[in-house]
Amino acid sequence: MSALLEVDGVSVSFDGYKAINKLSFSVEEGELRAIIGPNGAGKTTFMDIVTGKTRPDRGKVEWGHPGRDLLVLSESEIARLGIGRKFQRPTVFETQTVLDNLIVALKKNRDPISSLFYKADKADLAKIEELAEEIGLKDHLGRLAGELSHGQKQWLEIGMLLAQDPRLLLVDEPAAGMTPSEREHTTDLLKRLAGKHAVVVVEHDMEFVRRLDCRVTVLHEGSVLAEGSLDFVTSNQEVIDVYLGR
Amino acid sequence: MSEQTISVQPPRSFIMRNPSVLWFLLALSALTIGATIMSEAFGMDLISTSFIKTLGKTLCLCLIAIAMDLVWGYCGILSLGHFAFFGLGGYMIGMWLMYERTKDIVVSSLAGQALPPTPEEIADAIGTQIFGVVGGAEIPTIWYFADSLFAQLALVVVVPGLLALVFGWLAFRSRVTGVYLSILTQAMTLALALYLFQNDSGLRGNNGLSGLQNIPGLDDVPQSVVSIWFLWGSALMLGLGYVLATWVVSGKFGNIIRGIRDDEPRVRFLGYPVQVYKLFVFTLSAIIAAIAGALYYPQAGIINPAELAPIASIYLAVWVAIGGRGRLYGAVIGAALVSLLSTAFTGGQVPDIPLGIATLHWVDWWTVFLGFGFVLVTLYAPQGIGGLVDRLVRKGDDA
Repeated sequence: MSALLEVDGVSVSFDGYKAINKLSFSVEEGELRAIIGPNGAGKTTFMDIVTGKTRPDRGKVEWGHPGRDLLVLSESEIARLGIGRKFQRPTVFETQTVLDNLIVALKKNRDPISSLFYKADKADLAKIEELAEEIGLKDHLGRLAGELSHGQKQWLEIGMLLAQDPRLLLVDEPAAGMTPSEREHTTDLLKRLAGKHAVVVVEHDMEFVRRLDCRVTVLHEGSVLAEGSLDFVTSNQEVIDVYLGR
Repeated sequence: MSEQTISVQPPRSFIMRNPSVLWFLLALSALTIGATIMSEAFGMDLISTSFIKTLGKTLCLCLIAIAMDLVWGYCGILSLGHFAFFGLGGYMIGMWLMYERTKDIVVSSLAGQALPPTPEEIADAIGTQIFGVVGGAEIPTIWYFADSLFAQLALVVVVPGLLALVFGWLAFRSRVTGVYLSILTQAMTLALALYLFQNDSGLRGNNGLSGLQNIPGLDDVPQSVVSIWFLWGSALMLGLGYVLATWVVSGKFGNIIRGIRDDEPRVRFLGYPVQVYKLFVFTLSAIIAAIAGALYYPQAGIINPAELAPIASIYLAVWVAIGGRGRLYGAVIGAALVSLLSTAFTGGQVPDIPLGIATLHWVDWWTVFLGFGFVLVTLYAPQGIGGLVDRLVRKGDDA
């Protein structure tokens, strides 16, 4: 079985500081994966590389079968291939309604002319309604995204990711700043999404990762320190030393 | 909304979603018809021809303000070079006006000769007439199409459109944004103005093109009537521009460019080719600006390179900021209000105020007051006049 996303021997440094150091990592189709690691371990840089924001100095990043080189593509081209990204801080278009946010994200032709002449048809609206139901914002479609609570914005952003219908979701700290019940809702949502989409979650919160109940990759100083079930990696002495022991 | 209705409703009609279009077109028609009835040419002779021209020119300035709002207020690209496009539009139509007018004069003055003049003689005479002032007699190559109204009208759109396309492609591809882009656009308009100032630019250097108010073939029509035609033409284009801009910003496209304004990387990660959208909006707005310029300068009568000076484009940004960016009617209000007030105060129509030891000369002090006004608006009403209107409308809804 070949992987959906294959990162091979990637290194990148900023002004001599090695943010990512010979990182190799792969995700299968439909897999749910958590990435943990202390601050500065390179989690966000890893996402930047996969989504085309940062170009690595060395290494390969390949997508799908046959493997397609992501390093020569722009952010928007990578997004159109089916890699969706959720940022750490919720980034939704605050001056637009929830409905408009979802319409902009909906998987459609991305060129200006199609957007100019776009009219939401019944199927699109039904799909958005279904999505809104899933992220718990069905009653808020007409509200401005800026008026939503922090947790609702996080969900809206996940909803926008889903509207893109990506094959791989990269989710950066989805539970940051959420109340316990919102966290629970978010874990359920992510677990439900896996299978249909591959999901990679970057998270600090160990409890959250435990509830995800999936394979865990521990990053440290820009490379993979350990990989396996949460219990396996948390019993690894090196992991305890650099991360959990603190 | 009641509990039973489904939350996602199909979009309503264009006018229903954008009621401001209806109000705007009504106000514009009322102004145009009112001014026509009160004009010297058609009726009551209450408004002078020069004021009709001022009104027509103001409508053109409102049109370029819409272009500016489109690119800055909606897409977040603070272009400080839009008068380059406005001026180029004026030059393109000015070439035809001046060439044909001169040709008419030359042909009628040569008509008295025993032998009919050859085409070469006519061309030489036109060349001397137009370019004598910059020490030339040849008609430059760029005037090749100047005898064709159709070609020059096409060039009004093509030349500024191409400039915007090439400039925008280079800038947006390299992801030049924010203040750096503003500086680049300033440099663009300054460079163009400096080039046009040269006598060998082919466009009469600092003399510019003049006599543009005389429309070839319409010698028998008095200026009072021509001014009304241009008023109607300007009103028509402003109306069309308003409807077009509203359509562009009201749908999904509008939401995307607002997204680019507020959070450009986010739009990119949604899979949209941001630079293509920016290029589209920038070029469209440049073309609207050029059409505004092509209508403005026949009413002004003269165009010279000083019109493209960087300060003009900065004023444009001030108008839109005072009127309220991100609202098309705000841009129109700002441009109309500030440019009409500027004309009044700097044209000596407002009496100076004696203050005992000194006298307040408006001609000298208007710019200072405008500057203060801009600072006050930025500090206390960042949404401009349009923002105040919005607040009133929303209060009305709550009541």
